[in-house]
Amino acid sequence: MEKTSINIKEEQKKAQEQIKKQGLRVLVCAGTGCVANGSLGVIERFKELGADVSVLTDYDKMTIVPTGCHGFCEQGVLVIIPDKHVTYVKVRYKDVEEIYETHIRGGKPVERLLYTDPKTNEHIHKNEEINFYAKQTRTALANCGNINAECIDEAIAVRGYEALANVLEANNPEAVIEEIEKSGLRGRGGGGFPTGRKWRFTAANRGGKSYVVCNGDEGDPGAFMDRSIMEGDPHKLLEGMAIAAFAIGADEGYIYVRAEYPLAIKRLRKAINDAEERNFLGKNIMGTDFSFTIHIKEGAGAFVCGEETALIASIEGERGMPRPKPPFPANKGLFGRPTLINNVETLANVPLIILNGAEWFAKMGTETSKGTKTFALTGEVNNTGLIEVPMGTTLRQIIFDIGGGIRGGKKFKAVQIGGPSGGCLTEEHLDLPMDYDSLIKAGAMVGSGGLVVMAEDTCMVEVARFFMNFTKNESCGKCVPCREGTKNMLKILEKIVQGKGELSDLDLLEELAHSVKEGSLCGLGKTAPNPVLSTLKYFRDEYIAHIVDKKCPAGVCTALKTVVIDEEKCKGCTKCARTCPVGAIEGTVKQPHHINQEKCIKCEACLKSCPFKAIELK
Amino acid sequence: MSIGTSHKISTEKLDEIMAKYEYKKSNLIAILQKVQEEYRYLPEEAIIYIGTKIEGLSPATVLGVATFYAQFSLEPKGKFEIKVCDGTACHVRGSMPVLNAIRQKLEMKEGQLTSENGLFSLETVSCLGACGLAPVVVINDKVYPQMTSDAINIVLDTLLKEEE
Repeated sequence: MEKTSINIKEEQKKAQEQIKKQGLRVLVCAGTGCVANGSLGVIERFKELGADVSVLTDYDKMTIVPTGCHGFCEQGVLVIIPDKHVTYVKVRYKDVEEIYETHIRGGKPVERLLYTDPKTNEHIHKNEEINFYAKQTRTALANCGNINAECIDEAIAVRGYEALANVLEANNPEAVIEEIEKSGLRGRGGGGFPTGRKWRFTAANRGGKSYVVCNGDEGDPGAFMDRSIMEGDPHKLLEGMAIAAFAIGADEGYIYVRAEYPLAIKRLRKAINDAEERNFLGKNIMGTDFSFTIHIKEGAGAFVCGEETALIASIEGERGMPRPKPPFPANKGLFGRPTLINNVETLANVPLIILNGAEWFAKMGTETSKGTKTFALTGEVNNTGLIEVPMGTTLRQIIFDIGGGIRGGKKFKAVQIGGPSGGCLTEEHLDLPMDYDSLIKAGAMVGSGGLVVMAEDTCMVEVARFFMNFTKNESCGKCVPCREGTKNMLKILEKIVQGKGELSDLDLLEELAHSVKEGSLCGLGKTAPNPVLSTLKYFRDEYIAHIVDKKCPAGVCTALKTVVIDEEKCKGCTKCARTCPVGAIEGTVKQPHHINQEKCIKCEACLKSCPFKAIELK
Repeated sequence: MSIGTSHKISTEKLDEIMAKYEYKKSNLIAILQKVQEEYRYLPEEAIIYIGTKIEGLSPATVLGVATFYAQFSLEPKGKFEIKVCDGTACHVRGSMPVLNAIRQKLEMKEGQLTSENGLFSLETVSCLGACGLAPVVVINDKVYPQMTSDAINIVLDTLLKEEE
């Protein structure tokens, strides 16, 4: 047993004392979303008002804590005062004074800034009573939004680096790997490969130089959980990496972050510096023989770099093109050395497993998918934001309980899961447990956990075209099936949304999809056809409507719309006829007009001009 | 410094950047990012110079890397870099009308990177990770949430006024 020079429990106590001294803590979200809504101004205003602390009765001072993302981005700026059991939503600069005067000094909550339940119209005070939060199990995200992400003491106070200290104290790398294996943790970046097994493969090459790489290239559009962890609780990620490095015998690590996440990069840099200063990273960590340094590599905008071999190429300074496997990175990875690559969320789970035990983790989730998973809930749903639920939670619970149902009372149509690599799920899947294996069976995948909810007015063929356009642009061009296959699939889809498709196109589309799936080198190509295949499976009738009836049932595809005048509503005011730039509207004064479809260019100018709302797009 | 015309590159500046990254091949992407920060694009002369100065690289490999990543631009970008997010969440909530409104306002054609006066450049990006605020537009790192055609017109008007 090796003795560490740092008594982490002692440090923890000191940090907790520090926090007590802060007096009344006012948490203001300073994640990317809330910053966009003006949270920096809110923080400033609070600080101005709080300068005069003598007015506080119960506390000798007030401390404004800028935190990471609370997840409820749409309701930002979020202000939480834990001691007063209150969560304020949509707070703006001008509202701060009222919160300060009425609530902090006066003791009366500001009702108008509380969250209003969309179903009951009631104001809700407590965070834990808002449905969005009540139905979640936040473990990986537990600290996001509750601590100052730029202050290492706040992380230490909530048991940060305790797991690392325990692991170093016990000095048994094999036991760490066993614990991770026992927990059943699987990769959260998309593939779902058992994490413990990956660690064991890499550890087998122990002896020479090895690396730990954290994949923070969250390229999947519609997913932002990794960004939130990096911004909101960076120390948990660093600790997870250090534990992984200890387990596999690495002394150097890289975090590959998308350049689109400047705030995450800034906070990670600060966190690394602070951790090095405290000897939680760097040379001879906590006085032991174990050394580990972490570097940050900024990506430069290439989706394919989320694929592990492409990511390695990118860190090496090359074009981010994937390499054939084997050799696997565990044997020959970064700079030709054994490399462990894990995703941000996966690594953030590691300290929790070490602290609470593998059994605790394995109790959550389903038979083959353990623990919790974060999902980015977006699209046509009332409560958009970042959530964390046990694996196996159903779509219905996520969309209707946590998400509060579909916006504007529209009807649910589908949900796209896993981004451009995933597939869509429909009403029949609402009670499907969300875990790795059930989703694969349904033709989708967990992927990184992006959930984009679509309502009745979304055209699924257009969605398939949108994703194919994305993967075609992001295909690196190295292997032919992906490069040419995605291009040709896109061409067919474009033809269909323009109303020029033929029925035989569907067979060709399917054939191409299978060839691209089987023949591509990396995950990008292997999964690129998924959105097409799943929409063809569940929404074939929409494809047929576009091809045979030349109609877009959702009314989205412009080329297939017709502009018509409702004869009953038309008063014959001639306004539309005068507005039409191509003279397609005919009729006499005070008589119903009609549109010559051959001349109409669907510019919709008449639609806006009609004072009687008699013109419709069908 | 004039906008939209070719820059005279300073080899001193380039050497300073490369020295900071130890003239290391594996730091090429970071070096190019710094160069682009300096000139707002990657001038051809800079690509050639870097390719000849760093061991193990050639101008062709540097150009290869520069053209591979979406972040790098071989033509000058505007003073205001507008990025319209067209990730899934933004697309579903209507990012295209916002993009069209910007094009109309700035009189830019589809596929045109920089406006005639060199003030604005316009691109779509796949996801900025601010999906809860969809659709979003980012102008020089400032995020504008829940955009509509009207809202973006107001934003652009303010920027144009500042420039007058």
